[in-house]
Amino acid sequence: MHLVLFLIFGALCVGAAINLLAQKHPINSALSLIVVMGSLALLYLLLGAEFVAAIQIIVYAGAIMVLFVFVIMLLNAGEEEVLPHSSRVAVSLGVPGLILGLAIGIWVISRYAGLDRISIGGPMLLNGTESFGNPTSLAKLLFRDFLLPFEVTSVLILIAILGAVVLARREE
Amino acid sequence: MVPLSYYLILSAILFACGVAGFLIKRNIITIFMSIELMLNAVNLTFVAFAAELKSLSGHIFVFFVMVVAAAEAAVGLAIIIAVFRTRETLNVDRVNLLKL
Repeated sequence: MHLVLFLIFGALCVGAAINLLAQKHPINSALSLIVVMGSLALLYLLLGAEFVAAIQIIVYAGAIMVLFVFVIMLLNAGEEEVLPHSSRVAVSLGVPGLILGLAIGIWVISRYAGLDRISIGGPMLLNGTESFGNPTSLAKLLFRDFLLPFEVTSVLILIAILGAVVLARREE
Repeated sequence: MVPLSYYLILSAILFACGVAGFLIKRNIITIFMSIELMLNAVNLTFVAFAAELKSLSGHIFVFFVMVVAAAEAAVGLAIIIAVFRTRETLNVDRVNLLKL
């Protein structure tokens, strides 16, 4: 079961990464990158890393890619190199892929419903070590052993915010 | 149970795609997205090794990589906006003020 899921989402990952290279318009590349990040989040779940999978979705696919799409649309990027078949590729591959993904998800849920082995809340790979990769065990490590680096990252984020504001400000 | 080598091969393919995009693409935003793809490939390696070695340090490192990637995306996109204001282009071949 793990191998099947790995192969499906690994192939999706590689396909979307190649699509990122093949697309001419940056907005198509950005959407391909979102597919890569979503597939990677599922691979993290397969590896028992629930917290990393959650922040992959929230931070990468949520915050960072929204920033990318926002900048692409703000700058009206790639207007002169729009190819007429670029959106047809997305439709001809994206819609059947979405339907296939939904069908596989429904099949998995209906087949393995009731078995706690595949429950979302617990680690799927590592039996026995039930606290692996969940926020509690990660927080104990992060706020005890890695407290100083954690606080330094907050300073880094603050500097990045100030830098972004100063750099993107319009010159008077 | 998926072998560790499969994850490493997938990570290597993704990293190769990121390097290829970084080199091939001429749009500065797409080049930036290729860098994010490379960071994601490295994160996958970290998580795969963390699961294999049953150690949580890999997850912590992925957390810090994500923080740095978020900061880098914010500052980098601000730089792209500043470059676009002065040069009116996103093509890296036209941003050649430092070239002799």
